[in-house]
Amino acid sequence: MSESPQLSRVLTMHEAISRFVRDGDTVVLEGFTHLIPFAAGQEIIRQRRRDLTLVRLTPDLIMDQMVAAGTARKLVFGWLGNPGVGSLHAVRRAVERGYPGPLEIEEYSHFGLLCRYQAAASGLPFFPLRGYRGTDLPRVNANLKRITCPFTGETLDAVSALHPDVAIVNAQRADPDGNTQIWGLVGAQREAAFAARRVIVVVEEIVPEDVVRADPNRTQIPSVVVDAVVEEPWSAHPSFVQGYYDRDNAAYLAWDRITRDPGALERYLDEWVHGLPDRAAYRARLGAAVQDRLRPGPRLAGPVDYGDYR
Amino acid sequence: MTAPFAAPTRAEIMVCAACREVQDGDSVFVGVGLPNLAVQLALRLHAPRCHLIYESGVFGARPVRLPISIGDPCLVSGAAQVLPMAETFLYFLQGGRTDLGFLGAAQIDRYGNLNTTVVGSDYDRPRVRLPGAGGAPDIALNARRTVVIARQDRRKFVERLDFRTTVGWAEGGDSRAALGAPGGGPTRVITDLGIYGFDGRTREMTLASVHPGVTPEQVREATGWDLKVASPLAATPIPDGAMLRLLREELDPGRVYLKG
Repeated sequence: MSESPQLSRVLTMHEAISRFVRDGDTVVLEGFTHLIPFAAGQEIIRQRRRDLTLVRLTPDLIMDQMVAAGTARKLVFGWLGNPGVGSLHAVRRAVERGYPGPLEIEEYSHFGLLCRYQAAASGLPFFPLRGYRGTDLPRVNANLKRITCPFTGETLDAVSALHPDVAIVNAQRADPDGNTQIWGLVGAQREAAFAARRVIVVVEEIVPEDVVRADPNRTQIPSVVVDAVVEEPWSAHPSFVQGYYDRDNAAYLAWDRITRDPGALERYLDEWVHGLPDRAAYRARLGAAVQDRLRPGPRLAGPVDYGDYR
Repeated sequence: MTAPFAAPTRAEIMVCAACREVQDGDSVFVGVGLPNLAVQLALRLHAPRCHLIYESGVFGARPVRLPISIGDPCLVSGAAQVLPMAETFLYFLQGGRTDLGFLGAAQIDRYGNLNTTVVGSDYDRPRVRLPGAGGAPDIALNARRTVVIARQDRRKFVERLDFRTTVGWAEGGDSRAALGAPGGGPTRVITDLGIYGFDGRTREMTLASVHPGVTPEQVREATGWDLKVASPLAATPIPDGAMLRLLREELDPGRVYLKG
């Protein structure tokens, strides 16, 4: 439920993070390869939050940066890599050598973590699945349990509900109340938003309520679960936003070199995070040429007729 | 760029072997890299009605360029359906709607069990921290057929996994069925040296064919257990000109995945 129903939900990124993300929180940043909340993650680094439990199906570059910057106490995840490129070396240094500090990890299959969101979003204490039989994962994660189906007697696996303090999701657009529309990969954004106590939505554009109401099937997250709406174009770069910009693969490849070297990583954070006030400055620094290179051509959907039932 | 009819590389032989595992009408869980090329090739050749499923939440993808991750935007444009990831796992995998799944691994054992979690015996302080499970355990549990694609050496083909992330035939024999795994289990392993099947009774991995220029001794040398070899041992079929032309000129002209 929204914590601030009478105030405007439209905030700057700085306001949204300082108001809704607290030290020690469990923070979900969702968006599977698509719509990754890079700007929000970098603002959390900029505001020097500490002791966070970070949760993501695929931590990706943003959580490599957040771990390197010292925001995290623990990482909960399903697949830990730089997709299509290689490793997250900052996370690996923490797990393999405790460098620069220890990092607790808790790992699931993608399906298992999705079921944890699903349980919390549905108000259930756990979610049943067939998932971990024959694997070593239950040996290293006490949160993976077995139950007996009361109807068939089959042994099933079960995962507990995950109620994050905060969920941060990116989207193409939302209205000022927070009704949020996504097209392309919808990942786990809706489940994460319904599961969380506080929700920040970051969009490429805020649109009038009429635009949302003209196409309600496209709404993934309803205003009632949203606390803050932040409008920040290019806030998912270097990941992509369907129809707006492509993944900046050069940046993913470059990250592989940066993250291997703690000094280079620190210089990156100084230059691109601490050295910049906000995403507008990031975008200016990125430059028009990169943005032009990443803009796709059009491929429009046909309009549908919802009908006028006066 | 390679001339169209230069001898096939090992990577090309692997892709074509994987391509032959796809049957027309199959719903296939695809990963990036070689499996993606294999399925694209199958779509253009013998399996025009196969459906490409990506765990990112896409059914019936028709990418017009090579996807660089399993969540590339080109998988969405032109797809038959996009759905939440939870539903992709719930309905397509656990719901029993997947015919074929492709998997990779850092370590594999003789029963096709896979490790993608850690190298080293201490989970809490691993020698190498690998990516982890992702979608693999559920693909392997639920798909009717599973094909593993991996480069082969002794560090990869091991007597004992450091960690079992994904179950294949478990401890062999009937042990997979006893776990209550609904899918059909691993059917093939395709490496840069040869192609393997699994014995129908013991479920042990058996070398079925070797690629051109590879000897069974070389394969044994690259395997960390006493390898079973089919008798007679076949020669892996060589990709024909049409396959090579598609791969080299249309699917991966930049040789992103076909280098080796």
